Amino acid sequence: MSVATRPQLSHLRALESEAIHVMREVAAEFERPVLLFSGGKDSIVLLRLAEKAFRPARFPFPLMHVDTGHNFPEVIEYRDRRVAEMGERLIVASVQESIDNGRVTEETGPRASRNRLQTVTLLDAIAEHGFDAAFGGARRDEERARAKERIFSFRDDFGQWDPKAQRPELWNLYNGRIHKGEHVRVFPLSNWTELDVWEYIDSEQLEVPSIYFAHQREVFRRDDMLYAYDPAITQLIEGEEVFTDTVRYRTVGDMSCTGGVLSTAATLEEVVLEIAATRITERGETRADDRVSEAAMEDRKKAGYF
Amino acid sequence: MTLDLLRFTTAGSVDDGKSTLIGRLLYDSKQVFEDQLAHVAQASTRRGGEGTLDLALLTDGLRAEREQGITIDVAYRYFATARRRFIIADCPGHQQYTRNMVTGASTADLSIVLLDARRGVLEQSKRHAFISALLGIPEMVVAINKMDLVDYSRERYEELLADFSHYAEKLAGVKNIVYIPMSALEGDNVVTRSEAMPWYEGPVLLEHLEGVEVAYDHPGEKPARFPVQWVIRPSGADQGDYRGYSGQLASGALRRGEEVTVLPGGGRTRIAAIDTFEGEVEEASAPMSFTLRLEDELDVSRGELICHPEEAPAVAREMAADVCWMSPDLLRPGSRYLLKHTTRTVTAAVDAIEDLLDIHTLERIDAPVELGLNDIARVRLRTSAPLAFDPYASNRRTGSFILIDQDSNATVAGGMIVAGA
Repeated sequence: MSVATRPQLSHLRALESEAIHVMREVAAEFERPVLLFSGGKDSIVLLRLAEKAFRPARFPFPLMHVDTGHNFPEVIEYRDRRVAEMGERLIVASVQESIDNGRVTEETGPRASRNRLQTVTLLDAIAEHGFDAAFGGARRDEERARAKERIFSFRDDFGQWDPKAQRPELWNLYNGRIHKGEHVRVFPLSNWTELDVWEYIDSEQLEVPSIYFAHQREVFRRDDMLYAYDPAITQLIEGEEVFTDTVRYRTVGDMSCTGGVLSTAATLEEVVLEIAATRITERGETRADDRVSEAAMEDRKKAGYF
Repeated sequence: MTLDLLRFTTAGSVDDGKSTLIGRLLYDSKQVFEDQLAHVAQASTRRGGEGTLDLALLTDGLRAEREQGITIDVAYRYFATARRRFIIADCPGHQQYTRNMVTGASTADLSIVLLDARRGVLEQSKRHAFISALLGIPEMVVAINKMDLVDYSRERYEELLADFSHYAEKLAGVKNIVYIPMSALEGDNVVTRSEAMPWYEGPVLLEHLEGVEVAYDHPGEKPARFPVQWVIRPSGADQGDYRGYSGQLASGALRRGEEVTVLPGGGRTRIAAIDTFEGEVEEASAPMSFTLRLEDELDVSRGELICHPEEAPAVAREMAADVCWMSPDLLRPGSRYLLKHTTRTVTAAVDAIEDLLDIHTLERIDAPVELGLNDIARVRLRTSAPLAFDPYASNRRTGSFILIDQDSNATVAGGMIVAGA
């Protein structure tokens, strides 16, 4: 694809160029960046952008996954294969280890989730490795608190986000100066929408984990969402029944709080069409963690969540 | 040809209908999702009674904003039509207005200035128009809102148009102003044409937003400016001696084989190759990111600027600039800050504050002793190393900078270079 033959710049190429610029700024201005890679669609796009920003050299940072231990096996398989293909280094920060070491206490009961615990594991890993910048795949269109977030989002030495005292972010001049112990979360996809992400994955023909496509799965219904049934994790509440249906996932998170959607979209093109036509936001449709309260995401972000 | 991405900014307070306008744009262009709508319907009923739908609530953000009914910070919103994608920088009008409006305006190609048809051209609308012009936004839409409350009067529209045009004569830098009479509340002329105002023959808001041309539509018209961000030097035996200079082209276009100069040093060479992940290209234009290889081994590093020698920008250590002060700490002459310009960070001393702009009267006040939060002033700067820059009026990317407090690391000012000295 030659730039010379494309005088009109598509919005995807404009967003791509902006994101590559952000990644190179971080590489140049921070000593120890890290890229948070979950195997989800947004972080898959981040990896491609990192390739575009830094090849033919290796990435000037490692990748890190915060593994809740309750991830979809298809995603973990994809993660490891993709990292090996790219020849990059992956750090796995384990929520199970945080539990075993007594850093966090696991929730109990049928609605227990490790979602909240990830924050501690993430902050511990950032401190342990001395990371001063962490790339994340969050987008401003996802959620109302995220709509206010900067591309360079400053975190104090407790990992906290203070939405009322954010640094003004002007032009494309990012301020990456921090004191020791503080860090910056960097969101190169801030200006992308869910549809942009899928159109980009389609245009780049990127491989994604199989759970993003329609497949048969054992599920059960709770709070109007379809959750994956896994005998090792799931505790059914009375009245809930396990049945098999054709679903796909719009987001990839912890199995315990990520719902599937009924879908027959089996190819990237069909997924793009489905997302273009959808009438429900991705987090509203699939994430129990955002349903806790009106400001569920805001509260978790303040505590240092992704 | 138009870029299929438009960034625009709105500013205003709760009462002039800004949130309703954005809510209306999102709602009528069918960009509101069912779960968001259900949420808004619930909140509307709680506040306004059964059966109301307050579109302004679509733009609610943080908990404190919902509790206090105010907007604290710039929010970014996204919507799309079949013709274009849009990014809205939605700026609050009251608290921290200069800081927020400047932030929102810095990345926008178009600005929507709201007027309340009943109240006329108020301070806040003037302020927003002024900041839009100062930040070099070429396109302005004056949304004459709440026309339903003045009986859709053509006379009132024309009166306001004349008032605002009179004020706008003082605004340099705005290329084009479009006046649209509308009612965001009733949906007149936002997405659908109003039947109540048959006398208005101009575009409705969305139609205008879809068609307006923006800066990157004519990348070749400006000189090429390529700030080097990052040097790619792969390690490993199979990579040979690859050395590439990466960055995002700020303006203009570059072609393989062209002679270029590297500033501030002034060394000259030719472009050996333009590399992208997809392979080499013959030519690249703004705002693409790519990697240059040069024919000669010059010592090029981050912060230097590659351009055509016959169209080189100024290189200087002293300059006059307009700054928007964004910190509660005062700026006094003699203070030193870090200055980030393109990809270069240097130390800068503020030698003098020449004059302060009264944003309410647009008058300049000579030689103030200090600057406080939200002040806009002309200052003289001296930098620890030379900068290669253009006046902001001719290039927003190479004419802008931020100032960073060396102790707190806070971003304390946004600056626009007027001229070298």
